[in-house]
Amino acid sequence: MCLAVPLAVKRIHGALADVEIGGVMRQVSLVLTPEAREGDYVLVHTGFAISVLNESEAQETLALFAELAEAERQLDEEEALRLSDTEAGA
Amino acid sequence: MRYTDEYRDPQAARRLIDEIGRTTLAPFSIMEFCGGHTHAIMRYGIRQMLEGHVHMLSGPGCPVCVTADVDIDRVIALATVPGVMVATFGDMIRVPGTRSSLQQARATGADVRIVYSALDALELAQQNPDASVVMLGIGFETTVPTVAASVIQAQEMGLTNYFVYSMHKLTEPATRGILDAGEVHLDAVLGPGHVSAITGWGMWEFLPRDYGIPCAISGFEPLDILQAVLDIARALRDGEPRVSNSYRRGVTAEGNAVAQSLVARVFSVDAAEWRGLGEIPDSGLWLRPEYQAFDARAAIEIPEDAIAEPSPERRACRCGEVLRGVMTPPECPLYDKLCTPATPIGPCMVSAEGSCAAYYRYGGSII
Repeated sequence: MCLAVPLAVKRIHGALADVEIGGVMRQVSLVLTPEAREGDYVLVHTGFAISVLNESEAQETLALFAELAEAERQLDEEEALRLSDTEAGA
Repeated sequence: MRYTDEYRDPQAARRLIDEIGRTTLAPFSIMEFCGGHTHAIMRYGIRQMLEGHVHMLSGPGCPVCVTADVDIDRVIALATVPGVMVATFGDMIRVPGTRSSLQQARATGADVRIVYSALDALELAQQNPDASVVMLGIGFETTVPTVAASVIQAQEMGLTNYFVYSMHKLTEPATRGILDAGEVHLDAVLGPGHVSAITGWGMWEFLPRDYGIPCAISGFEPLDILQAVLDIARALRDGEPRVSNSYRRGVTAEGNAVAQSLVARVFSVDAAEWRGLGEIPDSGLWLRPEYQAFDARAAIEIPEDAIAEPSPERRACRCGEVLRGVMTPPECPLYDKLCTPATPIGPCMVSAEGSCAAYYRYGGSII
């Protein structure tokens, strides 16, 4: 019911926008998101755009995942160092 | 950026799970309010991945599931009134009331149409000037503004044959109801992302303030959910209950002001009846008197004998307990026996967002 999908706004005609979903064009209402512009991604719920997706916030979240990968790599390196120290000590 | 695939990377998921493990001091319980989350959690096996650290409980966030029998019976009766055409979102049509369903009513001649949007119902009203077209208003804060917009549009178009039967409900009172009842122990709540896109994440501040528990607003991709669980694990580790917004690309603190003002214009808040939770004060949305001309409850007389006694099978249905997180679907005596998606006894097995349907589809009998 609260399902909403991110779709790209291709063209705006007044309060309606053409969006593309799986290669098919559909019209959705921009009544709830008058700030939407062509090229934006919007969250579409039952034929209405309910939110304009914020690309820089999206990138930041992805950057957090990358940071986690970096932190894990460092942990692995430290672990490898510790292991090699132990081996050296033994 | 497609806003979907980037949030499904299995490597990143494994790292998040490892980090959740490292951050967790003691196992904790989270309720996901939203049926969309339940579906995603089951689909991607997130419950199993977090086993030992996090116990995930499903909540009441399936609008069709929490609709009370009395409302389902009334809309089925409404559909049988001559001249009425009922327009509904698809998952409502197979939901059994005490005696019948909209699908069965349609088979015996009622005019019931499935629509994707409230705007489709408006179009039906335009195309069928002799029919009274009733849009069934089902859904939480995410859906309410779309139905409010349809009422305003009907008014602007001068339509006199478009009505809404509102069964819309609010998420905060239901969450409070579950916490106040104290039947389940919750350490945190996974906040519904698309409800919050409308309300803003600030609405969830009541959880740390009044209940001392953290909440993380989550999107619906696997990495969104895992990031939200990690945010909760960190808040619990730090002993600092707070609301984290883990769905920042779609949700702001204040939410969608245009949608909020449309809802306030068309609807007022009052008590509503919920399946499993009973009557909850200030939890339902009702058309304001100014919009009475569009209110199916006021404009169309529903036959009095609509409400029937439930069948014995129906009385054994444990949807109510499942919606409160007290019982998992496989613990219901009907699950996968009398009650399957092909022969649903209760609404939680009908709706794609229902916990029973999600368990049946993805979880089998795993408890």
